[in-house]
Amino acid sequence: MLAYSAADTYARALLVGLANTFQVAILGIAAASLIGAGIGLLSLSPNALLRNLAATYVEFIRNVPVLVQLFFWYALLTEGLPPPREALSPLPGVFLTNRGLFFPSFSGVPELQGFNFAGGAALSPEFAALLIGLSLYTAAFIAEIVRAGVMAVRRDQWHAAQALGLERRHVLRYVVAPQALRVIIPPLTSQYLNLTKNSSLAVAIGYPDLVSIANTTINQTGQAIEGIAIIMAVYLTISLAISALMNWTNARLR
Amino acid sequence: MKKVLNLFLLLLLLWLGWKFADWALIRAVWQPDAAACRAASGACWGFIVEKHRLIAFGTYPYEEHWRPALSSIFLVALWALSAVRSFWKPGLILIWAVGLTAIGVLMWGGIFGLPYVENERWGGLILTLLLTTFGLAFAFPLSILLALGRRSELPLIRSLCVAYIELVRGVPLISVLFMASVMLPLFLPAGVSVDKLLRAQIALSLFAAAYLAEVVRGGLQAIPKHQYEAADALGLGYFQKTFLIVLPQALRIVVPPLVNTCIGFFKDTSLVLIIGLFDLLSTIKVSLNDPAWTGFGVEAYLFAALVYFVFCFAMSRYSRSLEANSGSG
Repeated sequence: MLAYSAADTYARALLVGLANTFQVAILGIAAASLIGAGIGLLSLSPNALLRNLAATYVEFIRNVPVLVQLFFWYALLTEGLPPPREALSPLPGVFLTNRGLFFPSFSGVPELQGFNFAGGAALSPEFAALLIGLSLYTAAFIAEIVRAGVMAVRRDQWHAAQALGLERRHVLRYVVAPQALRVIIPPLTSQYLNLTKNSSLAVAIGYPDLVSIANTTINQTGQAIEGIAIIMAVYLTISLAISALMNWTNARLR
Repeated sequence: MKKVLNLFLLLLLLWLGWKFADWALIRAVWQPDAAACRAASGACWGFIVEKHRLIAFGTYPYEEHWRPALSSIFLVALWALSAVRSFWKPGLILIWAVGLTAIGVLMWGGIFGLPYVENERWGGLILTLLLTTFGLAFAFPLSILLALGRRSELPLIRSLCVAYIELVRGVPLISVLFMASVMLPLFLPAGVSVDKLLRAQIALSLFAAAYLAEVVRGGLQAIPKHQYEAADALGLGYFQKTFLIVLPQALRIVVPPLVNTCIGFFKDTSLVLIIGLFDLLSTIKVSLNDPAWTGFGVEAYLFAALVYFVFCFAMSRYSRSLEANSGSG
């Protein structure tokens, strides 16, 4: 996100790493929440097909290490997609290649120039693999939390709401959701923290997050203690900050 | 409307399933032939066939591969045996001791005419299984101490335990592994070197202990207050009360969540790849480096996912059956 050149200081490099960690964590949390809530609600659906589909998803994703999933998505994006000259274009202006995903933005539309696309916005395969892998992985856990939260709302609350003549989606929105959220938020917090901590696996697929850059810094300077102290201090701060924020939300809901 | 939606979904699923089967089975290449793989439009399982020895055993000497194979079978058998409730007796510890000694003899060798193999050359599935087994074996007693310490009435012990648990749970595992691999050697006196496998093992155990401690604490909190009071009334001291009354009940409650934490830990051992140990995932990644076989990452990682899935799925089914049993009994 931030500009970086080889002449910059290590502090600048670490700052760039921190920004990259935040970028993937924030987008990942948003995507995982949406997918997770969707799958959690599907697993409560009256339709058996949808319910089984959601259960299968959760079972498969949860029982495979997140690192394997990251490698898989990275391999799929770099090996499964064609080179830029034969790019897949599912929508006009959107190009899927093994050099990254390109799509139009305010600054213009991507165009093939030389060996790669230029203009518009781009996602590197590393970033895309990390984002997809982390979101889908965490979504499986969030789906289970959402399901447990909704099931924790007593049956008679549903019946009472239905007796009042509310539709299913209104029952969910006005009666069940406010009560379920109280159950959902504490475990949800720890899933958000897990996603943020798992984003450190970026080092394995070459996305320059904080851990990856700190690791390079340690290798170049030999200052192992300082490097690791920085990693730990940053993650502890993030952990405490997210916990505090969620406690505050939790207190307001009560 | 509902029926139309169902039909549409079913068709979509069938179509996706067909596409996948077409790629993974029908148009797949099963012979270890890289040229045929590149020509085919389906999956290349020949890669796994070609590299199965490297994937399963890492860099262990080729002629001795039966030793890690036998060790892996022993270890899985020990786990399976321990899962049966009627075997939960003190004798089980003896069985484990014998089993682990046998595995140690097989893996290291050096006696009974087996050539010695240093543990830098261990790799593949057995390394993943050993890291999990010993990681949990060390982490579990430590986690009980941490959980008891967190509920202690002595402020110093309590705050130390809280600080440890929260610190470890607040940082990613990878940072603890980095600490063990690059920082620990700096603190050791000159000339003393701790082997890389052992360092990773210590880091994994210390990490797992913090998570297990929270599970155990959940069990301790679930014990009704009158159990503590009854033990006090009988005049039992702290240690008698804890080890005879409270812990046996608390641990029984938390077996299902403990198994779930174990599943998480088994998956987490794959992270040792990042500090350069040859666990199962690492040997798969290394076998992709062969220039004749680059570009089959999707197949390789699907295979890795399948192996991890088989182990984790078995454990999660087991955890469910325990929950179901404790609910009815």
